[in-house]
Amino acid sequence: MSPSPAPRPQQQQAAADPADIRALARSPAQAFRYAMVQSVPMLIVIVPFALLFGVVAREAGIDIAQVMGFSVLVLAGASQFTAVQLLSDNAPVWIVILSGLAVNLRMAMYSASLVPWFRGTSGAQKAWIAYTLIDQSYALSIQHYERHPKLTLSQRIAYFSGTAVAICVPWMLASWVGAVLGSVIPDDIALDFAMPITFLAMIAPMLRSAAHLAACFVAIVASLAFAGLPSGLGLMLAAPLGMATGAVVEVLTEKRKRA
Amino acid sequence: MENASDLTIWLVILILGTGTFLIRWSFLGALGDRELPQWIMRMLRYTPVAVLPALSAPLVMWPAATGGQPDLARLSAAAVTMLIGMLTRNIILAILGGAATLFGMLYLLA
Repeated sequence: MSPSPAPRPQQQQAAADPADIRALARSPAQAFRYAMVQSVPMLIVIVPFALLFGVVAREAGIDIAQVMGFSVLVLAGASQFTAVQLLSDNAPVWIVILSGLAVNLRMAMYSASLVPWFRGTSGAQKAWIAYTLIDQSYALSIQHYERHPKLTLSQRIAYFSGTAVAICVPWMLASWVGAVLGSVIPDDIALDFAMPITFLAMIAPMLRSAAHLAACFVAIVASLAFAGLPSGLGLMLAAPLGMATGAVVEVLTEKRKRA
Repeated sequence: MENASDLTIWLVILILGTGTFLIRWSFLGALGDRELPQWIMRMLRYTPVAVLPALSAPLVMWPAATGGQPDLARLSAAAVTMLIGMLTRNIILAILGGAATLFGMLYLLA
Protein backbone atom coordinates (compact mmCIF):
# COMPACT_ATOMS: atom_id res chain seq x y z
CA MET A 1 0.00 0.00 0.00
CA SER A 2 2.00 2.93 -1.22
CA PRO A 3 1.19 6.26 0.38
CA SER A 4 1.62 8.09 -2.90
CA PRO A 5 -0.95 8.10 -5.69
CA ALA A 6 -0.43 6.18 -8.90
CA PRO A 7 1.61 8.06 -11.48
CA ARG A 8 -0.51 10.54 -13.38
CA PRO A 9 -1.25 9.57 -16.98
CA GLN A 10 0.93 11.09 -19.68
CA GLN A 11 -0.55 14.13 -21.33
CA GLN A 12 -0.37 12.74 -24.83
CA GLN A 13 -2.51 9.81 -23.74
CA ALA A 14 -5.71 9.84 -25.80
CA ALA A 15 -8.74 10.97 -23.82
CA ALA A 16 -10.68 8.01 -25.18
CA ASP A 17 -11.64 6.41 -21.91
CA PRO A 18 -15.43 6.85 -21.61
CA ALA A 19 -15.50 5.83 -17.93
CA ASP A 20 -12.94 8.52 -17.18
CA ILE A 21 -14.87 11.16 -19.12
CA ARG A 22 -18.06 10.27 -17.26
CA ALA A 23 -16.28 10.36 -13.88
CA LEU A 24 -14.76 13.78 -14.55
CA ALA A 25 -18.07 15.21 -15.78
CA ARG A 26 -20.00 14.37 -12.60
CA SER A 27 -21.12 17.18 -10.32
CA PRO A 28 -20.32 16.57 -6.65
CA ALA A 29 -23.95 15.59 -6.04
CA GLN A 30 -23.77 13.10 -8.92
CA ALA A 31 -20.44 11.74 -7.65
CA PHE A 32 -22.05 11.29 -4.23
CA ARG A 33 -24.97 9.32 -5.69
CA TYR A 34 -22.69 7.29 -7.97
CA ALA A 35 -20.57 6.31 -4.96
CA MET A 36 -23.67 5.25 -3.03
CA VAL A 37 -24.70 2.94 -5.87
CA GLN A 38 -21.19 1.48 -6.08
CA SER A 39 -21.29 0.79 -2.34
CA VAL A 40 -24.40 -1.37 -2.50
CA PRO A 41 -22.53 -4.70 -2.97
CA MET A 42 -20.63 -3.97 0.25
CA LEU A 43 -23.91 -4.13 2.15
CA ILE A 44 -24.06 -7.89 1.55
CA VAL A 45 -21.24 -8.14 4.08
CA ILE A 46 -21.92 -5.08 6.23
CA VAL A 47 -25.57 -5.68 7.11
CA PRO A 48 -25.37 -9.30 8.33
CA PHE A 49 -22.14 -8.43 10.10
CA ALA A 50 -23.75 -5.53 11.96
CA LEU A 51 -26.81 -7.64 12.81
CA LEU A 52 -24.46 -10.24 14.25
CA PHE A 53 -22.65 -7.61 16.27
CA GLY A 54 -25.91 -6.42 17.79
CA VAL A 55 -27.02 -9.95 18.64
CA VAL A 56 -23.67 -11.07 20.04
CA ALA A 57 -23.17 -7.90 22.08
CA ARG A 58 -26.64 -8.29 23.65
CA GLU A 59 -25.76 -11.92 24.47
CA ALA A 60 -22.64 -10.63 26.21
CA GLY A 61 -24.82 -8.41 28.41
CA ILE A 62 -24.28 -5.09 26.64
CA ASP A 63 -27.40 -2.94 26.51
CA ILE A 64 -28.90 -1.46 23.37
CA ALA A 65 -27.64 2.06 24.05
CA GLN A 66 -24.12 0.70 24.47
CA VAL A 67 -24.40 -1.35 21.27
CA MET A 68 -25.26 1.90 19.50
CA GLY A 69 -22.42 3.62 21.34
CA PHE A 70 -20.04 1.10 19.80
CA SER A 71 -21.50 1.26 16.30
CA VAL A 72 -21.76 5.07 16.18
CA LEU A 73 -18.71 6.20 18.16
CA VAL A 74 -16.22 3.43 17.36
CA LEU A 75 -17.61 2.49 13.94
CA ALA A 76 -15.12 -0.33 13.30
CA GLY A 77 -16.45 -3.90 13.10
CA ALA A 78 -13.45 -5.99 14.04
CA SER A 79 -12.51 -3.80 16.97
CA GLN A 80 -16.12 -3.70 18.23
CA PHE A 81 -16.22 -7.52 18.22
CA THR A 82 -12.79 -7.63 19.89
CA ALA A 83 -13.83 -5.28 22.69
CA VAL A 84 -17.09 -7.14 23.34
CA GLN A 85 -15.32 -10.50 23.43
CA LEU A 86 -12.72 -9.26 25.92
CA LEU A 87 -15.34 -7.49 28.04
CA SER A 88 -17.29 -10.74 28.30
CA ASP A 89 -14.04 -12.46 29.35
CA ASN A 90 -13.73 -9.86 32.12
CA ALA A 91 -10.35 -8.77 30.79
CA PRO A 92 -8.90 -5.62 32.41
CA VAL A 93 -10.14 -2.40 30.80
CA TRP A 94 -6.73 -1.37 29.50
CA ILE A 95 -6.39 -4.67 27.65
CA VAL A 96 -9.85 -4.26 26.12
CA ILE A 97 -8.94 -0.79 24.89
CA LEU A 98 -5.43 -1.65 23.68
CA SER A 99 -6.66 -4.70 21.78
CA GLY A 100 -9.53 -2.79 20.21
CA LEU A 101 -7.11 -0.06 19.12
CA ALA A 102 -4.53 -2.57 17.85
CA VAL A 103 -7.08 -4.03 15.44
CA ASN A 104 -7.60 -0.52 14.06
CA LEU A 105 -3.93 0.37 13.61
CA ARG A 106 -4.18 -0.59 9.94
CA MET A 107 -6.30 2.53 9.49
CA ALA A 108 -3.21 4.67 10.05
CA MET A 109 -2.00 3.22 6.75
CA TYR A 110 -5.26 4.18 5.07
CA SER A 111 -4.95 7.67 6.49
CA ALA A 112 -1.42 7.99 5.15
CA SER A 113 -2.35 6.76 1.70
CA LEU A 114 -5.23 9.24 1.39
CA VAL A 115 -3.06 12.30 2.16
CA PRO A 116 -2.08 13.04 -1.47
CA TRP A 117 -5.71 12.82 -2.63
CA PHE A 118 -7.12 15.17 0.00
CA ARG A 119 -4.56 17.94 -0.03
CA GLY A 120 -6.34 21.28 0.51
CA THR A 121 -9.41 19.92 2.35
CA SER A 122 -10.65 21.87 5.36
CA GLY A 123 -10.18 20.68 8.92
CA ALA A 124 -13.86 19.84 9.28
CA GLN A 125 -13.83 17.81 6.06
CA LYS A 126 -10.73 15.95 7.23
CA ALA A 127 -12.46 15.18 10.53
CA TRP A 128 -15.50 13.84 8.65
CA ILE A 129 -13.31 11.70 6.38
CA ALA A 130 -11.40 10.37 9.39
CA TYR A 131 -14.61 9.51 11.25
CA THR A 132 -15.97 7.48 8.33
CA LEU A 133 -12.66 5.97 7.19
CA ILE A 134 -13.50 2.26 7.24
CA ASP A 135 -12.16 -0.65 5.18
CA GLN A 136 -14.92 -0.41 2.59
CA SER A 137 -15.04 3.36 2.12
CA TYR A 138 -11.26 3.36 1.84
CA ALA A 139 -11.09 0.50 -0.64
CA LEU A 140 -13.79 1.90 -2.94
CA SER A 141 -12.46 5.47 -2.84
CA ILE A 142 -8.81 4.73 -3.40
CA GLN A 143 -9.71 2.52 -6.39
CA HIS A 144 -11.82 5.32 -7.81
CA TYR A 145 -9.11 7.97 -7.31
CA GLU A 146 -6.38 5.85 -8.86
CA ARG A 147 -8.62 5.02 -11.79
CA HIS A 148 -9.50 8.70 -12.32
CA PRO A 149 -6.51 10.74 -11.16
CA LYS A 150 -7.86 14.00 -12.61
CA LEU A 151 -10.94 14.21 -10.37
CA THR A 152 -11.32 17.54 -8.61
CA LEU A 153 -11.04 17.75 -4.85
CA SER A 154 -14.78 18.28 -4.45
CA GLN A 155 -15.52 15.25 -6.64
CA ARG A 156 -13.20 13.18 -4.48
CA ILE A 157 -14.78 14.37 -1.23
CA ALA A 158 -18.26 13.77 -2.65
CA TYR A 159 -17.36 10.24 -3.75
CA PHE A 160 -15.84 9.40 -0.38
CA SER A 161 -18.89 10.79 1.42
CA GLY A 162 -21.19 8.74 -0.78
CA THR A 163 -19.46 5.48 0.14
CA ALA A 164 -19.28 6.55 3.80
CA VAL A 165 -22.99 7.32 4.09
CA ALA A 166 -24.06 4.26 2.09
CA ILE A 167 -22.05 1.93 4.32
CA CYS A 168 -21.90 3.54 7.77
CA VAL A 169 -25.62 4.35 8.11
CA PRO A 170 -26.72 0.74 7.36
CA TRP A 171 -24.01 -0.44 9.77
CA MET A 172 -25.56 1.60 12.58
CA LEU A 173 -29.16 0.68 11.72
CA ALA A 174 -28.42 -3.04 11.39
CA SER A 175 -26.53 -3.02 14.71
CA TRP A 176 -29.65 -1.60 16.31
CA VAL A 177 -31.89 -4.23 14.69
CA GLY A 178 -29.44 -6.93 15.80
CA ALA A 179 -29.43 -5.60 19.35
CA VAL A 180 -33.24 -5.63 19.46
CA LEU A 181 -33.32 -9.16 18.01
CA GLY A 182 -30.60 -10.24 20.42
CA SER A 183 -32.89 -9.44 23.32
CA VAL A 184 -35.45 -12.01 22.14
CA ILE A 185 -33.16 -14.82 20.94
CA PRO A 186 -33.25 -17.75 23.41
CA ASP A 187 -30.10 -18.31 25.46
CA ASP A 188 -29.62 -21.99 24.66
CA ILE A 189 -28.46 -21.43 21.07
CA ALA A 190 -24.68 -21.87 20.88
CA LEU A 191 -24.05 -18.18 20.18
CA ASP A 192 -20.87 -18.28 22.24
CA PHE A 193 -19.16 -19.44 19.10
CA ALA A 194 -20.49 -16.69 16.83
CA MET A 195 -17.55 -14.46 17.73
CA PRO A 196 -14.69 -16.88 17.01
CA ILE A 197 -16.35 -17.93 13.75
CA THR A 198 -16.74 -14.31 12.75
CA PHE A 199 -13.09 -13.58 13.52
CA LEU A 200 -11.90 -16.60 11.56
CA ALA A 201 -14.09 -15.64 8.62
CA MET A 202 -12.57 -12.16 8.67
CA ILE A 203 -9.01 -13.50 8.81
CA ALA A 204 -9.22 -16.13 6.08
CA PRO A 205 -9.59 -13.74 3.11
CA MET A 206 -6.66 -11.66 4.42
CA LEU A 207 -4.21 -14.56 4.23
CA ARG A 208 -3.00 -13.68 0.76
CA SER A 209 0.78 -13.98 1.11
CA ALA A 210 3.39 -16.10 2.86
CA ALA A 211 4.00 -13.20 5.25
CA HIS A 212 0.31 -13.00 6.20
CA LEU A 213 0.20 -16.78 6.74
CA ALA A 214 3.34 -16.69 8.88
CA ALA A 215 2.02 -13.79 10.98
CA CYS A 216 -1.24 -15.66 11.53
CA PHE A 217 0.48 -18.94 12.37
CA VAL A 218 2.89 -17.44 14.91
CA ALA A 219 0.08 -15.43 16.51
CA ILE A 220 -1.99 -18.61 16.92
CA VAL A 221 0.84 -20.69 18.36
CA ALA A 222 1.89 -17.90 20.73
CA SER A 223 -1.66 -17.20 21.89
CA LEU A 224 -2.13 -20.90 22.73
CA ALA A 225 1.25 -21.03 24.48
CA PHE A 226 0.42 -17.92 26.54
CA ALA A 227 -3.18 -18.98 27.24
CA GLY A 228 -2.36 -19.60 30.90
CA LEU A 229 -1.52 -15.93 31.49
CA PRO A 230 -4.12 -13.57 33.00
CA SER A 231 -6.96 -12.68 30.62
CA GLY A 232 -5.85 -10.68 27.59
CA LEU A 233 -2.17 -10.63 28.46
CA GLY A 234 -1.39 -13.51 26.08
CA LEU A 235 -2.93 -11.47 23.28
CA MET A 236 -0.67 -8.51 24.08
CA LEU A 237 2.36 -10.79 23.60
CA ALA A 238 1.12 -12.99 20.77
CA ALA A 239 -0.10 -10.18 18.50
CA PRO A 240 3.22 -8.24 18.33
CA LEU A 241 5.06 -11.54 17.80
CA GLY A 242 2.80 -12.32 14.84
CA MET A 243 3.16 -8.78 13.44
CA ALA A 244 6.95 -8.92 13.70
CA THR A 245 6.95 -12.32 11.99
CA GLY A 246 4.87 -10.93 9.12
CA ALA A 247 7.26 -8.01 8.70
CA VAL A 248 10.35 -10.24 8.77
CA VAL A 249 8.92 -12.72 6.25
CA GLU A 250 7.96 -9.82 4.00
CA VAL A 251 11.54 -8.49 4.05
CA LEU A 252 12.93 -11.97 3.35
CA THR A 253 10.50 -12.54 0.47
CA GLU A 254 11.43 -9.21 -1.08
CA LYS A 255 15.12 -9.99 -0.77
CA ARG A 256 14.64 -13.35 -2.47
CA LYS A 257 12.69 -11.72 -5.30
CA ARG A 258 15.47 -9.21 -5.87
CA ALA A 259 18.19 -11.88 -5.78
CA MET B 1 -21.94 -9.50 31.77
CA GLU B 2 -21.64 -9.83 35.52
CA ASN B 3 -18.46 -7.97 36.25
CA ALA B 4 -18.05 -5.20 33.71
CA SER B 5 -20.21 -2.34 34.97
CA ASP B 6 -22.19 0.02 32.74
CA LEU B 7 -19.67 2.72 33.49
CA THR B 8 -16.76 0.49 32.45
CA ILE B 9 -18.43 -0.35 29.15
CA TRP B 10 -19.10 3.32 28.40
CA LEU B 11 -15.52 4.13 29.31
CA VAL B 12 -14.31 1.52 26.82
CA ILE B 13 -16.65 2.89 24.13
CA LEU B 14 -15.50 6.49 24.64
CA ILE B 15 -11.78 5.78 24.77
CA LEU B 16 -11.90 3.25 21.94
CA GLY B 17 -13.98 5.68 19.86
CA THR B 18 -11.62 8.60 20.47
CA GLY B 19 -8.50 6.50 19.93
CA THR B 20 -9.85 4.99 16.71
CA PHE B 21 -10.75 8.44 15.43
CA LEU B 22 -7.23 9.68 16.18
CA ILE B 23 -5.71 6.70 14.32
CA ARG B 24 -7.87 7.48 11.28
CA TRP B 25 -7.20 11.20 11.52
CA SER B 26 -3.44 10.84 12.14
CA PHE B 27 -1.92 11.37 8.72
CA LEU B 28 -4.81 13.20 7.10
CA GLY B 29 -5.12 15.66 9.96
CA ALA B 30 -1.78 16.09 11.64
CA LEU B 31 1.11 14.15 10.21
CA GLY B 32 0.59 15.13 6.59
CA ASP B 33 3.33 13.92 4.34
CA ARG B 34 5.61 12.76 7.09
CA GLU B 35 6.30 9.08 6.58
CA LEU B 36 6.54 6.55 9.33
CA PRO B 37 9.70 4.44 9.38
CA GLN B 38 9.25 1.59 6.95
CA TRP B 39 9.47 -1.09 9.62
CA ILE B 40 6.48 0.40 11.43
CA MET B 41 4.43 0.48 8.23
CA ARG B 42 5.36 -3.13 7.68
CA MET B 43 4.22 -4.16 11.16
CA LEU B 44 0.95 -2.23 10.74
CA ARG B 45 0.17 -4.28 7.66
CA TYR B 46 0.01 -7.43 9.79
CA THR B 47 -2.02 -6.16 12.76
CA PRO B 48 -5.36 -7.72 11.71
CA VAL B 49 -3.87 -11.10 10.74
CA ALA B 50 -1.99 -11.24 14.06
CA VAL B 51 -4.52 -9.79 16.52
CA LEU B 52 -7.64 -11.62 15.31
CA PRO B 53 -6.11 -15.13 15.19
CA ALA B 54 -4.45 -14.59 18.59
CA LEU B 55 -7.85 -13.63 19.96
CA SER B 56 -9.67 -16.56 18.34
CA ALA B 57 -7.29 -19.48 18.83
CA PRO B 58 -7.84 -19.92 22.59
CA LEU B 59 -11.61 -19.48 22.12
CA VAL B 60 -11.56 -22.30 19.56
CA MET B 61 -9.33 -24.64 21.54
CA TRP B 62 -10.89 -24.12 24.94
CA PRO B 63 -14.46 -22.85 24.50
CA ALA B 64 -16.09 -21.30 27.56
CA ALA B 65 -19.37 -23.07 26.73
CA THR B 66 -17.83 -26.51 27.34
CA GLY B 67 -16.05 -25.40 30.50
CA GLY B 68 -12.78 -25.11 28.56
CA GLN B 69 -12.81 -28.69 27.20
CA PRO B 70 -11.77 -29.00 23.53
CA ASP B 71 -14.89 -29.83 21.56
CA LEU B 72 -15.14 -31.62 18.22
CA ALA B 73 -18.13 -29.58 17.00
CA ARG B 74 -16.43 -26.24 17.62
CA LEU B 75 -13.06 -27.36 16.25
CA SER B 76 -14.72 -28.59 13.04
CA ALA B 77 -16.74 -25.39 12.74
CA ALA B 78 -13.55 -23.35 13.03
CA ALA B 79 -11.78 -25.49 10.42
CA VAL B 80 -14.69 -25.25 7.97
CA THR B 81 -14.92 -21.47 8.46
CA MET B 82 -11.22 -21.00 7.69
CA LEU B 83 -11.37 -23.34 4.71
CA ILE B 84 -14.39 -21.67 3.11
CA GLY B 85 -12.95 -18.25 3.89
CA MET B 86 -9.63 -19.05 2.25
CA LEU B 87 -11.22 -20.70 -0.79
CA THR B 88 -14.03 -18.23 -1.47
CA ARG B 89 -12.69 -15.06 0.23
CA ASN B 90 -16.31 -14.45 1.16
CA ILE B 91 -16.83 -13.55 4.82
CA ILE B 92 -20.55 -14.24 4.94
CA LEU B 93 -20.26 -17.63 3.20
CA ALA B 94 -17.51 -18.59 5.65
CA ILE B 95 -19.64 -17.57 8.66
CA LEU B 96 -22.66 -19.47 7.32
CA GLY B 97 -20.54 -22.57 6.60
CA GLY B 98 -19.04 -22.45 10.07
CA ALA B 99 -22.42 -21.96 11.74
CA ALA B 100 -23.97 -24.81 9.74
CA THR B 101 -21.09 -27.09 10.73
CA LEU B 102 -21.39 -26.10 14.39
CA PHE B 103 -25.13 -26.67 14.65
CA GLY B 104 -24.95 -29.81 12.48
CA MET B 105 -22.21 -31.34 14.61
CA LEU B 106 -23.87 -30.33 17.89
CA TYR B 107 -27.06 -32.01 16.64
CA LEU B 108 -25.25 -35.17 15.49
CA LEU B 109 -23.12 -35.46 18.62
CA ALA B 110 -26.00 -34.74 21.00
